[in-house]
Formats: sequence, structure tokens, C-alpha cells
Amino acid sequence: MNVLDGNALAGDLAEIFAVDVTAARFVCAGCGHADAVATLQLFGHAPASVGRCPECTDVVIRLVRADDRVFLDMRGTVRLELPMSGS
Amino acid sequence: MARTAVSRRLNWRIGTVREVRQETPTIRTLVFDIPDWPGHAAGQHIDVRLTAPDGYQAQRSYSIGSAWTDGGTVELTVQKLDDGEVSPYLVDVVEPGDQIELRGPVGGWFVWRPAQTDPVLLIGGGSGVVPLMAMIRQRSLAKTMQPFRLIYSVRTPEDICYADELRRRVRDDGGLDVRYVYTRKTPQGWPDPPKRIDVATLNTYGWPPDFAADTFVCGPTSFVETAADILVALGHDPRRIRTERFGGK
Ligand SMILES: Cc1cc2nc3c(=O)[nH]c(=O)nc-3n(C[C@H](O)[C@H](O)[C@H](O)COP(=O)(O)OP(=O)(O)OC[C@H]3O[C@@H](n4cnc5c(N)ncnc54)[C@H](O)[C@@H]3O)c2cc1C
Ligand SMILES: [Zn+2]
Repeated sequence: MNVLDGNALAGDLAEIFAVDVTAARFVCAGCGHADAVATLQLFGHAPASVGRCPECTDVVIRLVRADDRVFLDMRGTVRLELPMSGS
Repeated sequence: MARTAVSRRLNWRIGTVREVRQETPTIRTLVFDIPDWPGHAAGQHIDVRLTAPDGYQAQRSYSIGSAWTDGGTVELTVQKLDDGEVSPYLVDVVEPGDQIELRGPVGGWFVWRPAQTDPVLLIGGGSGVVPLMAMIRQRSLAKTMQPFRLIYSVRTPEDICYADELRRRVRDDGGLDVRYVYTRKTPQGWPDPPKRIDVATLNTYGWPPDFAADTFVCGPTSFVETAADILVALGHDPRRIRTERFGGK
């Protein structure tokens, strides 16, 4: 299995959000670990990726692309903290 | 469909290959012309998407190796994996004039900016050197003086990418040094036998933990995890270590 990290989600997330989400901090709903989205363990390739907590391996983000929409499941993060430009 | 208001969100666009440069027998740099390129930061990457005649698509990420300046170029440096789906095409088949679908620049975390004044430790395995080279080039363009140190793991001396440029920059860009680790074959007279990156290497050639260096580790996934684990074991602050995994075992 090809294991990547959250950096590789940057392109898919940039199609959805105007700010870079890989630099945002997640807080894992399972264990409370907090770090940049870029540090998630990433399994799978586009069109379906699963980002797991590097500490407890719980699923934090799931991203699935269909032809005309994207499903983003973030129930594994209790909070996402986004840096705004200029900060 | 009506055009929506200007969106900052990213879309796929077409880049034209302007030039190709063979770096080693298995590594090639593609220089792109991309209309309205917004510029990029050192460490960012681009997603490339290839579409076969039957509609099948393959998407991969490639780090930008060039540092950005106005009128500058966007360069990707690709290592061929013999059994790979995408990299043999980019290394052996693509020619100047070809058009390629891409999306970028993306990634805002594995990034170094000249405003960061702390010493920098770069640890690269194989093609993991590409975004680190962008940082070295960016430092040079900005004429800043942060101490930079690159530890670069390659299989053999013939596999060193950007070898001449690195030699020249070590000579001319004050405060940059480079240490190679050879995993399969060393040059004549090299003091160590071939070996993988280990505690002794990072202890001897990395910065001491109390330098609080900004550290970037990049390469195949197992390489990145080994190097990052060693750094933490040696007492480096995990919050100062940024990692980017390229995949593989
Ligand atoms: C953020 C990011 C930036 C990247 N930047 C670069 C770059 O600048 N230059 C570059 O050459 N590559 C880079 N890569 C890797 C690149 O995206 C592809 O994974 C690589 O080119 C292999 O694709 P392929 O289709 O040829 O091989 P695939 O068909 O995907 O894989 C073929 C075989 O090789 C293995 N494999 C896959 N990737 C690697 C790897 N990186 N190392 C060793 N074995 C592997 C697979 O497990 C499989 O067995 C980057 C990856 C990411 C996530
Ligand atoms: Zn967790």
C-alpha cells in the first residue's frame, strides 16, 4: 500500500477551499492529538482518500470525488483551525 | 452556464513543456510555460493529470524544483520508477511542445520562506531532494544568510540530481553545505561503506537540537519516517520537523 501524508491532499482541498487546508490544525476526535492536516497519514489515491491520525490511526478526514461533486467527511476532527492570509 | 464571480479556488490548467533536461540516467527536469502562473513558494507542489485515449486518468503530485521570481520558470524534476504508471511517461516520452494538464501551486505547510531566519536542516532521500532544492535556490535568490545544511541520500554517486549546481552553490552561496549518504555504492575513497541514513549520520552532520533549526524531511515514505524518528530520538523538537512523504514502501 502506498502511504502518503496530508500534503498530497493539498490539490483536492484547494479545489474546494480558498485557503490552504493542509496548513490548518486538526484536533483528533479519537485521541485529542492536534497537528497540521499535512501530517495526517494518507491512504488511497484520488478519487478516494482517507486521512488518519498519525497518533491513534483513527480516520480524521475522508474525501471522495464523484463526477460533479466532492464528499468531505470530517467527523474525525472536533475542530479545524485555519490560518488566514496575512497572519 | 453563467460564469461565476472570480474564484480563488483552484482549477486544472494546461502547461506547455518548454524544455527538458536530463539530470541523471533516470531523472529528468521538465521546464513549463504556464500562462498566468501566480508564483509559488519553495516546497510547494503541482498535481499532474494524464488522460489516456479511452478516458482513463492518472493523477500524481510533483514538487516544484525551481524557485520563483517574476518571469521565472516552473520546473518539475521526475525520477523514473520502471514499473510506474506515470513517471516513465514524464521521463522518457514527453517532449518540448507537449501540453500537460496540471493543478497548482498547492501545499502551504511543507514550505520555507526567506523570512524564516533560523538555521535550516534539509534531509532528502532520492527525488525527495526536489522541494529541498527549491528552498536552496530560493535562499540564493533572496540573498539571505540562514545557515543551510542538506543531507542527501542516494543509491550511487551517479544518482545525484543537480550535482554540478550543488557543488557550485556550496562554493559560491556562503553558509550552505551538503553531505551525501550512499546506500548502494560510494565514490572511491569514501570513508563509510554504503549504508542507509542512521543515527550517526544525523548526529554528526545534522544541526544540534539546541540550534532549533527549521527541519524539512522528504523522500520515500520509509525514508521520511526513519529520519524523522531519529531526529526526535536525538532530541529535536518534533514541532520544528516538517515531513513530506512521496510514497513507495
Ligand atoms: C507531495 C508529493 C510530491 C512529490 N514530488 C515528487 C517529485 O518532485 N519527483 C518525483 O519523482 N516524485 C515525486 N512524488 C512521487 C510521485 O507523485 C509519484 O508517486 C511517482 O512519480 C511514482 O508514480 P508512478 O505512477 O510512476 O508509479 P506508480 O505506478 O504509482 O507506482 C509504481 C510502484 O512504485 C512504488 N512507488 C510509488 N511511489 C514511489 C516513490 N515515491 N518511491 C518509491 N517507490 C514508489 C509503488 O508502490 C508501486 O509499487 C511526489 C509525491 C507527493 C505525494
Ligand atoms: Zn488520534
